[in-house]
Order: sequence, then C-alpha cells, then structure tokens
Amino acid sequence: MNRNLAAGLSGLVFGIGLTVSQMVNPAKVLAFLDILGDWDPSLMFVMGGALLVTAGGYRLAWMRPAPLYAERFQVPTDTSIDRKLALGAVMFGAGWGLVGLCPGPAIAALTLGGPKIWVFMLAMLAGMLIHLKTPIGKWVEA
Amino acid sequence: MENFTPWSALAGGALIGLATVLLMFANGRIAGISGILGGLLSRPTGDSAWRLWFIGGMLVAPLLVTLARGSAPDFVLQADWWAVILGGLLVGVGTRLGSGCTSGHGVCGLSRLSLRSLAAVGIFMAAGMVTVTVLRLALGG
Repeated sequence: MNRNLAAGLSGLVFGIGLTVSQMVNPAKVLAFLDILGDWDPSLMFVMGGALLVTAGGYRLAWMRPAPLYAERFQVPTDTSIDRKLALGAVMFGAGWGLVGLCPGPAIAALTLGGPKIWVFMLAMLAGMLIHLKTPIGKWVEA
Repeated sequence: MENFTPWSALAGGALIGLATVLLMFANGRIAGISGILGGLLSRPTGDSAWRLWFIGGMLVAPLLVTLARGSAPDFVLQADWWAVILGGLLVGVGTRLGSGCTSGHGVCGLSRLSLRSLAAVGIFMAAGMVTVTVLRLALGG
C-alpha cells in the first residue's frame, strides 16, 4: 500500500510540475520545436530544472542500500546505441512534432481538452500494443 | 521569444525532478512515463497497481492546480485529425522501440549521464524540430 501511495504522490507532483511549467499545453511544446518561428526555449528550462534536482536526488537516494518500499533499485543497464534506439527516437520525435504531446502531458492533459487528446491517447496505446504484439523490434534489428 | 517563461519552467521542472527522485527513493523505479504506461499493457498484473496510482496522480494534478489558481491551464491542440492519429501511433511505437520518452531518457537517463539516453534525446529533439519545420514549410508558414 505504501508503495502505491508513494507512486500516487509522485504522479501527482509530476503532473503539477507539468502543469506549472505549461508542458501540458501542446502549443507551448511546439513553440520550442519550431525553431524558424517565435522560438520559446522554456522546455529546455523545464528539463534543466528537472535534471538538476534529479541528478542530486538520485545520488542521495542511492546512498541507501535499498528503496523504502521495494527490495532493490531498478535502474536500466542497457548502454547500447543501436538501430532500435535510433529508429524509435525518430518515430517518437516525429509524432511529438506532429501534435506537441509526449506521453506525460498526454496523460495529464486528458481532463483539459476535447476529444482530440483522447483520440491521441488511444492511438498512442494502440502504437504500444503494435510494438508489443508484432515482431517490429526484431524486424528493426534484422 | 515573447512567450518565454523561464521561471515557471524552472519551478515546474524542479517539481518534475522531485517526483522523479521520490519514485526512486520510495520504490526504486525510473519515472519514465512511456515505460510506466507501457508496463500496464505488457507486465503481469502484480506489477500494475503502482502504475495505476502514478497515472491517477498525474490525472488529478491539473485539476488541483485549476482549483488553486481559479482558472484552467492553457491547452491549445491545433493538429488536424490525421496528425493526431498518426502522431499518437508514432509516439506509442517509437517510445517502446526506443525504450523511453522525454521523461525516461530526458530526465532520468540524462541525470545518470547515460550516453544511450543522450543519443535518444538528441535524435528525438532533432526529429521533432524537423517535423515542425517541414509542416511549417508545407503549410506555407
């Protein structure tokens, strides 16, 4: 239960951060990606603020032998920069640029907009299922 | 750069960092949203509860901010229907294939000085900028 409450609190604070920084607004995100337009570097400051806190906070957290409510820290160990990573990032970036939504803001903004954001969420889940149910990862590797 | 909002961006970013650290400190997990969401589709049910709680917290957040401020946050989604559907599909497949999005690679990965995440962030930001620029030129902007 503590584990779930901690996750809920983390999601809540994460969502407040996305809202305060206006990253839930697709137009704000697109203004960062639109380098030929009226460029808005705010997104870099959001990432910068998050990185500063996380870089310090992670190191503090890892000084403990284990997390509070789990047996061990689960940190990715994969260091490969391969075709899957590159193609995945190209696809994600293209989708991000088409709409101005990435997964976090897509969830947080579900209650803010009309039907389009729900359709985006359904299409995103469908994309995740396509990756899960088809051998697309293997095709890319081959 | 008349819409540049450095202070609210930094403050919101710091909150995102705080949430990210909390999830590691309490549960030992990376706060990558595409991974948390994607895990609901692929993992055994025993690993689902905390993911749903996290997503629930995210959903409530803008409503709380709206209550506190007395006005809803700006939300402008101008993309056409075809772009919404294609964009959603690309974000879904791409984040799973590339093992992460803006939060997982951009915040968690970069803070660990992961070169893999740095490569992913460079590529998806470039792809996003190219896409927006191509759309702008195609639409005669």
